[in-house]
Amino acid sequence: MELAINIILGMMLAATPLLFAATGELVVERAGVLNLGVEGMMVIGAVAGFIVTAESGSHLAGIVGAAIAGAAMALLFGLMTQVLLANQVASGLALTIFGLGLSALLGSGYSGLSIPALARIEIPVLTDIPFFGPLLFRHEPMFYLSILLLVLTGWFLTRTRAGLILKAVGENHDAAHAIGHPVVLIRLLALAWGGALAGLGGAYLSIARTPLWSEEMTAGRGWIALAIVVFAGWRTNRALLGAYLFGGVTILQLHVQGLGIAIPSQYLSMLPYLVTIAVLVAISASPTRAMLRAPGSLGRTFHAQG
Amino acid sequence: MTTTPLLQLDSLTRSFPGIVANNRIDLTVGPGTIHALLGENGAGKSTLVKMIYGALRPDSGRMRFDGRPYAPANPAAARATGVGMVFQHFSLFEAMTVAENIAVALPADLAGSDLPDRIRDVSASYGLVLDPFSRVDQLSVGERQRVEIVRCLLQSPRLIIMDEPTSVLTPGEVGRLFTVLRKLRDEGRSILYISHKLREIRNLCSHATILRRGRVVGTCDPGAETPESLAEMMIGNAVRRHIRKVQEPGAVRLSIDHLTLPAATEFGVDLKDISLDVRAGEIIGIAGVAGNGQDELMAALIGERRSATPDAVSLDGAPVGTLGPTRRRAMGMAFVPEERLGHGAAAAMSLTENTLISARGRRNLERRGVLDFGAAKRFAAEIVSAFNVATTAVTRQAGSLSGGNLQKFVIGREILQGPTVLIAAQPTWGVDAKSAAEIHTALDQLARAGAAILIISQDLDELLSICDRFAVLAGGTLSAPRASADVTVAEIGILMGGAAREQQDDAA
Repeated sequence: MELAINIILGMMLAATPLLFAATGELVVERAGVLNLGVEGMMVIGAVAGFIVTAESGSHLAGIVGAAIAGAAMALLFGLMTQVLLANQVASGLALTIFGLGLSALLGSGYSGLSIPALARIEIPVLTDIPFFGPLLFRHEPMFYLSILLLVLTGWFLTRTRAGLILKAVGENHDAAHAIGHPVVLIRLLALAWGGALAGLGGAYLSIARTPLWSEEMTAGRGWIALAIVVFAGWRTNRALLGAYLFGGVTILQLHVQGLGIAIPSQYLSMLPYLVTIAVLVAISASPTRAMLRAPGSLGRTFHAQG
Repeated sequence: MTTTPLLQLDSLTRSFPGIVANNRIDLTVGPGTIHALLGENGAGKSTLVKMIYGALRPDSGRMRFDGRPYAPANPAAARATGVGMVFQHFSLFEAMTVAENIAVALPADLAGSDLPDRIRDVSASYGLVLDPFSRVDQLSVGERQRVEIVRCLLQSPRLIIMDEPTSVLTPGEVGRLFTVLRKLRDEGRSILYISHKLREIRNLCSHATILRRGRVVGTCDPGAETPESLAEMMIGNAVRRHIRKVQEPGAVRLSIDHLTLPAATEFGVDLKDISLDVRAGEIIGIAGVAGNGQDELMAALIGERRSATPDAVSLDGAPVGTLGPTRRRAMGMAFVPEERLGHGAAAAMSLTENTLISARGRRNLERRGVLDFGAAKRFAAEIVSAFNVATTAVTRQAGSLSGGNLQKFVIGREILQGPTVLIAAQPTWGVDAKSAAEIHTALDQLARAGAAILIISQDLDELLSICDRFAVLAGGTLSAPRASADVTVAEIGILMGGAAREQQDDAA
């Protein structure tokens, strides 16, 4: 029982930053933009969150700062790809490399420092429920925020008119433009949202999970978040599943080693990507693939006519 | 009794670089009428309706809607005023349902949760059967158009612009569409109906405004006109500037012999028993209203579609009907397709790379399968200087050139290969007058050098000025060629309208 709770708690810890970043990128891709700079935005969020918290002493300020920093990175990408019409793949890769470098520079005076960890919220009474209590009702506020933002995003995309317009822009930007929707503005807003969430994902690592800063501490989670979006077929509920599955795999490798099972950990690290490839193959082979296919204008440069 | 016109355009003008697309257009659409906007491709119809729909701003001129000044800043403003549009190329979202597609285009207050019911109501009352919850990518073309029409109707428009609505429809669907349009008219709505199909316009419209080269050249009641007289108005008083001195034609170089080819798609045109000989030193033109088999004939001549028998097309006596384009090029043919980008040239590739597309063989731009970029670059530079192509470098992307300059480049690339037969579709479409004259001179010189040239064009001025003889393609049938020196515009009108009259007799 204790072990099961520990494994599941570990899974939640590992999944939360992935869930933030994947939720944000999902909105971006639904708007038809492929931002491969998630890793860069996460790591900037991590360093910004840490610095602001260390300087101000306020976790809340750190969290807000991380979101703003991530959004600023995304808008830089938006300037390049939506206004200056640069190639999205190249710009996204550049954003990741830029983010890793910039965060190392900004954080160079802060490595080794420590800040107080984000306190857990313990909900009285509910925490005492056996098994589910410790699992669901004893977490950092950022854990609840990740779930809240996922639900909010899902509601926005499926239940609101603005979400419908955003999906329309991603599906066929020329048609959306012909109808009269401001394609570039909508995409910039989606990018800012995606960047803010990636920043929060990074801040979760540097403020909540291990309250310290080290270079490249996101360690490829941005790429896993991108894989989760594909795995999820651009649907929010499946993104939750994907984040916990992929997060679970990373935890699994620790426990597998603890149990003395002789599988090199590299195989388990590969697993999320192998699963993503398998999902891509399954999607393209399935007759219902249209339900799970990528937005029609994903990654294509929009050039307004007339 | 005079009623206030629903839409009144006063001297509307809009230019694009190098071309005045609309020049002082006046147009009046009365309430409860179906008004045709008639004109050839490139006459300025699309530019005009984009201004009415708020997608383009006029440079000068005024619009009034229902007597009040009207200057829509964007399509949403136009829709709010009561102007709706059904696009020729549908602006639909494939992965979304019918209801979602419609909701996206409606103002927020009309897109509530009762929308599916209202879609059903509208579709039922106009006989436009639609399931609000089916996905658009599973609908036929006719059904997709219904989505566009219902989307337009839900905003209760008073003026509906329809841009060539029948170009993608089967005959049965056309009939159903007309029933809907007449019903809309009877409710007091007006329709601005863009088409170049004379038969449809005579059936449907009570007024017509005819555009030619960006100007209004006439208005009429199409029902009171004949297809011939409508065609004549579309052509206008073609100015005859015959620049060529007819020379004694030589041996037959290109021979089309009883070419019959069924349409590749259900919207295509069957080519019916086409025969034509083009001799050395001769330029022959093929006139006709778009959509009468021009694209199909071009594909058959290029070799993109093979003929059933080898000798349906022959080159200097050698049958090539079943050969592909590369083999035909190797034997001395050259082609200028109608679409510059995507067919004649690759937009994202440099001019140098674009020479390799067609001139690889005849200009020795490859050696044992390895491309010779030095030679390609020299050839590209040769084209640029010989045809005055305005570009900074041959490394520029083809897509960065203006339409006229790219056209000069494509034509130059084909002519400088020294073809024995050149086949060109719309060689000066969208090209400014000076470049057009240069292109015509180059074609003339090529013919003088002994090549046979076939030009497929909708521009009658062009055909009359550079062709020795020309024939008319109508409904997939080619008329006997006539010497362009002694044919009247009225005669051409009869040939072009002939197909429309036959179709009408079929329908009656």
